Amino acid sequence: MDFLQPTSLSEALAMKAERPDATPIQGGTDLMVDINFDRARPSATIDLNRVPELMDIEHVGSDVWVGAGVPYLRIMRELQSDAPGLCMAARTVGSPQIRARGTLGGNLGTASPAGDTLPLLVAIGATAEVASSERGRREIPVRNFIIRPRHSALESDELIVRVRVPKARGPQQFGKVGQRNAMVISIASFGLAFDLDQRAVGTGIGSAGPVILDAPEANAHVAEVFSTEGLWDSAAPLPDGVAKRFGELVGQAASPIDDVRGTARYRRHALSVLAARSLKWAWNEHRETTKGTRA
Amino acid sequence: MKVTLRVNGQTVEAEGVWPGASLLTMLRDDLELPGSKNACEQGECGSCSVLMDGELVCACLVQAGQAEGRDIRTVEGLSGEGDGDVGDVQQAFLDAGGVQCGFCTPGFIMAVDHLLSHEPAPSDETTREALSGNLCRCTGYEKILDAVRLAAERRADGSAVATTGGAQR
Repeated sequence: MDFLQPTSLSEALAMKAERPDATPIQGGTDLMVDINFDRARPSATIDLNRVPELMDIEHVGSDVWVGAGVPYLRIMRELQSDAPGLCMAARTVGSPQIRARGTLGGNLGTASPAGDTLPLLVAIGATAEVASSERGRREIPVRNFIIRPRHSALESDELIVRVRVPKARGPQQFGKVGQRNAMVISIASFGLAFDLDQRAVGTGIGSAGPVILDAPEANAHVAEVFSTEGLWDSAAPLPDGVAKRFGELVGQAASPIDDVRGTARYRRHALSVLAARSLKWAWNEHRETTKGTRA
Repeated sequence: MKVTLRVNGQTVEAEGVWPGASLLTMLRDDLELPGSKNACEQGECGSCSVLMDGELVCACLVQAGQAEGRDIRTVEGLSGEGDGDVGDVQQAFLDAGGVQCGFCTPGFIMAVDHLLSHEPAPSDETTREALSGNLCRCTGYEKILDAVRLAAERRADGSAVATTGGAQR
């Protein structure tokens, strides 16, 4: 096994082009487990920890560009106001030790439908910027990043550079169901983002399909009820039944299977509950905020 | 491959390291520092917790070469010079009965030392969160929480055992 340690993005991309078989490593929280357990023997690893371009957090207009190598711990410290839902999701990853090392680039690269930050990234319409030395950069919506479990849209000569995180334009929520509070792979997870400017709702569903799913019908239902009832302007309490119906539609949008972590039926139910609660919590938070500014 | 790094304040070199090895394996097998324990090898148990550039990490998930030039602190760095000398957090674990089989203890010691260096008087909730990446199958955690409170109290009133690395900050 070769150990490659580039110190710039251009050097890293050249290495990846020359060694398409090499596996990139950031925090190692997935890859090292596979190596430790003899499940993976990459011919080479490319350590991206020393590539400064991947460690940047940059604010550009209405977006925050988060470098693929920024650990969750730093996301939680620095992006609380611009990406509250992402911070909530980051806080549910593993344990303090894992959050000190794990990154968005790794979460995307591992391409697991249980990736903790992915449902929220889908809900807010985030994109992954990837690059190759030959073809330059391109953006892939996170929604389309996973093709099937453990396979991504990344070409063999590409690396994930950064993630475009649209700044929050309304309340956000993230929830996940697991067997305990720390160190769990989610049985089902759900991200929700209100966009008060566009008067829209975004959703992301994790661990309940081969890829991260969204729930367009559920989103449209809430937006329509809110428009009909004038809630976007009034910030009135949620009308009866909206959260329940939203939950049902989210449950229907999922495509879960039975596996060691839970049954498909349980997952669908859990998602309905998570979604209904998230909607209530997010809207109540917005109402509190609005009240605060009016007072 | 050869890896040069700082461990507990000293620059050390490990030669002939297999590139796929973890920092944990390198510490234990090549640098003869067996204090960090090898238990789950998948980041679940926290027995191998060390500080890397001041952050608490699982040494089993850091690829050896990633530690090149980094500053590592292990549980050995929290003990005193003499045989049997222990740091203040270790002493608190002994006094509170926070050690039974002892296998998880080095990881807990590192996590608690890290916690107290940032939060000198943590609430129980903060402590539980900070220790959520460390598993103990013997104590039921209550005695460990007692040990954290004791260590925090002793640091606050200046009665922490002073012969050690852990009390030097």
